[in-house]
Amino acid sequence: MADVLVLVDHVDGGVRKPTLELLTLARRLGDPVAVHLGPGADAAAPTLAEYGAVRVLTADAPEFTEYLVVPKVDALRAAVEAVSPVAVLVPSSAEGKEIAARLALRLDSGLITDAVDVEAGDEGPIATQSVFAAAYTTRSRITSGTPVITVKPNSAAPEAAPAAGTVEPLEVTVTEGGGGTRVVSRAARESTGRPELTEAAIVVSGGRGVNGAENFSIIEELADSLGAAVGASRAAVDAGWYPHSSQVGQTGKSVSPQLYIAAGISGAIQHRAGMQTSKTIVAVNKDEEAPIFDLVDFGVVGDLFQVVPALTEEVRTRKG
Amino acid sequence: MSLRIVVCVKYVPDATGDRGFTDELTTDRESVDGLLSELDEYAVEQALQIAESADDAEITVLTMGPEDAGDALRKALSMGADKAVHVEDDDLHGTDVFGTSLVLARAIEKVGYDLVVCGMASTDGVMGVLPALLAERLGVPQVTLLSEVSVADGTVTGRRDNDAASEELSASLPAVVSVTDQSGEARYPSFKGIMAAKKKPVETLDLEDLEIEAEQVGLAGAWTAVEDATERPARTKGEIVTDEGEGAKQLASFLAERKFI
Ligand SMILES: Cc1cc2nc3c(=O)[nH]c(=O)nc-3n(C[C@H](O)[C@H](O)[C@H](O)COP(=O)(O)OP(=O)(O)OC[C@H]3O[C@@H](n4cnc5c(N)ncnc54)[C@H](O)[C@@H]3O)c2cc1C
Ligand SMILES: Nc1ncnc2c1ncn2[C@@H]1O[C@H](COP(=O)(O)O)[C@@H](O)[C@H]1O
Repeated sequence: MADVLVLVDHVDGGVRKPTLELLTLARRLGDPVAVHLGPGADAAAPTLAEYGAVRVLTADAPEFTEYLVVPKVDALRAAVEAVSPVAVLVPSSAEGKEIAARLALRLDSGLITDAVDVEAGDEGPIATQSVFAAAYTTRSRITSGTPVITVKPNSAAPEAAPAAGTVEPLEVTVTEGGGGTRVVSRAARESTGRPELTEAAIVVSGGRGVNGAENFSIIEELADSLGAAVGASRAAVDAGWYPHSSQVGQTGKSVSPQLYIAAGISGAIQHRAGMQTSKTIVAVNKDEEAPIFDLVDFGVVGDLFQVVPALTEEVRTRKG
Repeated sequence: MSLRIVVCVKYVPDATGDRGFTDELTTDRESVDGLLSELDEYAVEQALQIAESADDAEITVLTMGPEDAGDALRKALSMGADKAVHVEDDDLHGTDVFGTSLVLARAIEKVGYDLVVCGMASTDGVMGVLPALLAERLGVPQVTLLSEVSVADGTVTGRRDNDAASEELSASLPAVVSVTDQSGEARYPSFKGIMAAKKKPVETLDLEDLEIEAEQVGLAGAWTAVEDATERPARTKGEIVTDEGEGAKQLASFLAERKFI
């Protein structure tokens, strides 16, 4: 069967969940061949094999961490030349999209970004995207070269399908000067101990109605009672109440959890763009006219300072 | 020597309007009012700040788009940019991101540049990859998705916040930069700015001026094809209750019914 390249997203060999989803989707198109760049390939290989990687191509060089984007494009291009895949799947992170775009340009290939599903078609892979703030769903195909597709987190349930996962070194010649953008320093983000926003099954978000950084603890407590991630509207982020890494919406994260709880959020189009595809949506807002109520499966018109803590109590009691 | 800054701005359909597709499955740019992409206002703002901190700088705003896209240029000029270039050609209809990057790269080279500043993404296509493609085509460093940026002594530095880490980046000019909506509120055009903008030069270029063949761009030159577009069924509004002391309990019961607790 034909090979499908999957670029591995990892932290020092700890494979992130979206990569397992990509391996699962890649199996619909052919045999997944994982490309692992940077340190930790030996630690990652067993996981990649478990989820279907027939081979794991690895390359490690200081340039991958010292320079932005370009060295990884060089490596992925080398992998394409070595394997001649039928498609290249890349995680839809900011970096992933930039890598994918530059790779596609070098290959004279078409590019699809932010796919939420990928399936095999007669004329190559067909990618589903959600556009215009999720008001439309489109299905597209790449008509030139080797299809390069970036796939959003949560697009498939990872399924194990053990394969050989043979580790093979990949020969890479990095562009001179690493492309010129030096990463002078890198400060890792502190972990909150809560689930990753884009991967969480439940997200509890607070907006301007939360009215202060100190009040976000009531959002966090509800989230913790449910094992959920915490999100925020841009109004809450711009006010400095919660970090930008937690922003949900057009210029923040897109989430598609099983359950989305919005507290004190009006439901502006740019916010909806990032949460509209959630399976179940509930909201607490004191304004019954708030547009968020048009989307909800269940809504409470009320003061979040009453309803949210009481809900946390209810959840805790019911869970025992 | 003067610092030559080119800011790429896009004219997009208003996100609060009813956006949709044409029969050819391209973005419908007729039935919804357009405007300068809000995310590109941040690019104009950062370019103005960089220019203000330089000894001598000149800002050219550049757009590729239909005639109406001139409105986006006027807005950027009224914010304080010095001159504008508008690439307009009937053959551009349906151009994808690769074609757009080709056109913009040629125009940027024609104008002459030390620094290109872009927004983080266009609010209609939302790919966020054009700046990286410009860097690839121009063969200069990409310093993208910055929430902070500054230029001094021929070097651009900035902070890029991503999921796992916050990174300090640095590159020599010439370079392509993109800035996020965390980079700082954009200024409003002043009355004086609006009046002054009317007199600022806007140059129009077509494909021939950029030595680009029609086949390289437009729908025909696109490397992707949309098979179909379906409107997502509107979410059906569920039960809404008013809290009279029981709201949390009712919500908890709903969540229990759906097996979340
Ligand atoms: C280019 C662009 C990109 C954007 N990107 C994003 C994005 O990524 N994410 C995003 O969220 N926004 C984004 N926005 C901003 C968006 O347009 C809205 O301004 C923002 O979402 C509003 O946040 P909010 O709902 O928290 O605040 P508001 O709209 O002010 O709503 C607050 C709500 O809280 C309710 N409330 C107040 N007090 C209480 C209380 N005690 N109990 C219960 N309810 C209460 C109010 O009734 C109101 O409905 C973007 C805008 C632009 C132009
Ligand atoms: N047609 C265009 N004309 C000028 N600049 C553009 C155009 N399209 C995109 N850009 C620039 O590229 C950035 C990213 O766009 P995109 O990759 O389309 O999301 C935008 O914020 C603009 O700065």
